[in-house]
Amino acid sequence: MVLVFIDQTDGHIKKSSFEAASYGAEVAKLTGTSAEAILFGSTPSDADQLGKYGVSKVHTVSQETLNVMDAGVYAKLLQEAAEKLNANVIIFSNNTTAKAVAPRLSARMKAGLVSGAVALPDTSNGFTVKKSVFSGKAFAHVSITSDKKIITLNPNSFAIVTTGGNAEMSSLELSDAQPKVKVTAVNKVVGEIPLSEASIVVSGGRGLKDPANWNLVTDLADLLGAATACSRPVADIHWRPHHEHVGQTGLAIAPNLYIAIGISGAIQHLAGVNRSKTIVVINKDPEAPFFKAADYGIVGDLFEVMPKIIDAVKKLKGVA
Amino acid sequence: MKILVCISKTPDTTAKIAFEDNNTKFATDGVQWIINPYDEWYALVRAIELKEADPSTVIHLISVGGADTEPIIRKALALGGDESFRIQLEHGDAFQVASQIANFAKEGQYDLVLTGKETIDYNSSSIGGMVAELMDVAFLSHAIKLDVAGTTVTAVREIEGGEETNEASMPVVVSCQKGMAEQRIPNMKGIMGARTKPLKVIDADNTSGLTAIAKFELPPAKAGVKLVSADNPEELVRLLHEEARVI
Repeated sequence: MVLVFIDQTDGHIKKSSFEAASYGAEVAKLTGTSAEAILFGSTPSDADQLGKYGVSKVHTVSQETLNVMDAGVYAKLLQEAAEKLNANVIIFSNNTTAKAVAPRLSARMKAGLVSGAVALPDTSNGFTVKKSVFSGKAFAHVSITSDKKIITLNPNSFAIVTTGGNAEMSSLELSDAQPKVKVTAVNKVVGEIPLSEASIVVSGGRGLKDPANWNLVTDLADLLGAATACSRPVADIHWRPHHEHVGQTGLAIAPNLYIAIGISGAIQHLAGVNRSKTIVVINKDPEAPFFKAADYGIVGDLFEVMPKIIDAVKKLKGVA
Repeated sequence: MKILVCISKTPDTTAKIAFEDNNTKFATDGVQWIINPYDEWYALVRAIELKEADPSTVIHLISVGGADTEPIIRKALALGGDESFRIQLEHGDAFQVASQIANFAKEGQYDLVLTGKETIDYNSSSIGGMVAELMDVAFLSHAIKLDVAGTTVTAVREIEGGEETNEASMPVVVSCQKGMAEQRIPNMKGIMGARTKPLKVIDADNTSGLTAIAKFELPPAKAGVKLVSADNPEELVRLLHEEARVI
């Protein structure tokens, strides 16, 4: 059986978890088994939606200790669940929770881990998973040689397959585990689209000259329902918060559309964004390396070009 | 306090990524090797800052790899750190590497084990979590701030959609990222001193791996950019809507 770990936020299942569920269902098909999902904490209202993506059963585990994410506790209980339910493959969406829990679970279960998968496993000869390496500059095909296997799927890498089934909801009792970590404060940014999951990202660089000009980025992002990002120099001089930094030493993303405004496109920046499906570059320097990696570009002064683009998008979206 | 900083050797961030031997090996010709930036800029520098605040702190460096790892261990020693260890194991997978580090850390009774949040070559974010599990201790992942008071470790961690402050009792494994410290340049005294600091080579145990890289692949080349005139940016919006169908 393939077991998919489902993340939720504010009482809803995350889009990337639906991707993981659909991916899990396809892995189950490939390996001739079924896919089930496991949810920790309170049950989100859209849990039954998981059936639509090929998950046959949703196990909900509502122990109070699970409301706080302690990677050790999560790993211990996931192992117990995997053993009880006889799961051979465990799938996560590759986010900060998975990055904390999946390696612990891997070491605990002696289950080979491929993190950052970008495609379904090749099961023709063993079990090989394609993953992003060298910060997006290449892929590796990694064979998992152990019986039990763990995959974390990169967001926006796998197109959801809607199968239209129903999932049975089932509550699962697991033993109690004592957390080693105490959470003393949580500071969530509300109302912002998480960068790793956004299908459109609008990003600004030093070409914007001053943080006061960021409305050119945020106005376009708001109109497109996009997340905002920035280059490393911009985060380093504190024009924008660090969590917006995309690139080799920041976040690596793969949205459908990446719009780079006033970013020259250093190789380290490209490493974090070159898996984007469509890249648009707006820069006044025709020699900017970013144009080589772009699908569409405008060579011009962003302070003249951007207001016109924003107006054109307003027209397109029917916003006055 | 005894701190163990895990150091990995990675290609320079500007290195050309190419493969050889039928795409089964990373082509190392002309590649400059560096300390994995997350290990160096954040984990190691923060360890040095903690030692500056409390000089009784001992910093040991550990790297799992072949003899070609030694130049970057020396470079790390030039920044700071008292002693270093290299476990002789080449091409180990994450579980093998983590097993070596965990056994070493348990035996050495380290209070704090620091890793980078990931290496910039394999991007797996695996070692820290695996080490913590094998040591059966708390894991504070993706930390952007790290403080120590007595035996309590406090970290601000990146979580989905925000930040969280965590506390745990030593021993603790922390994976470190941007925000925790600022990059430092080694000074001449550090470079000279690094030559004589201990670098001990240890044999690996026989833990088996759980994964193996079958082959590499480069992404397909881009078709080329379609340029739109700056006088007519509206055309770009039309193309994105009608041709690329992304807005």
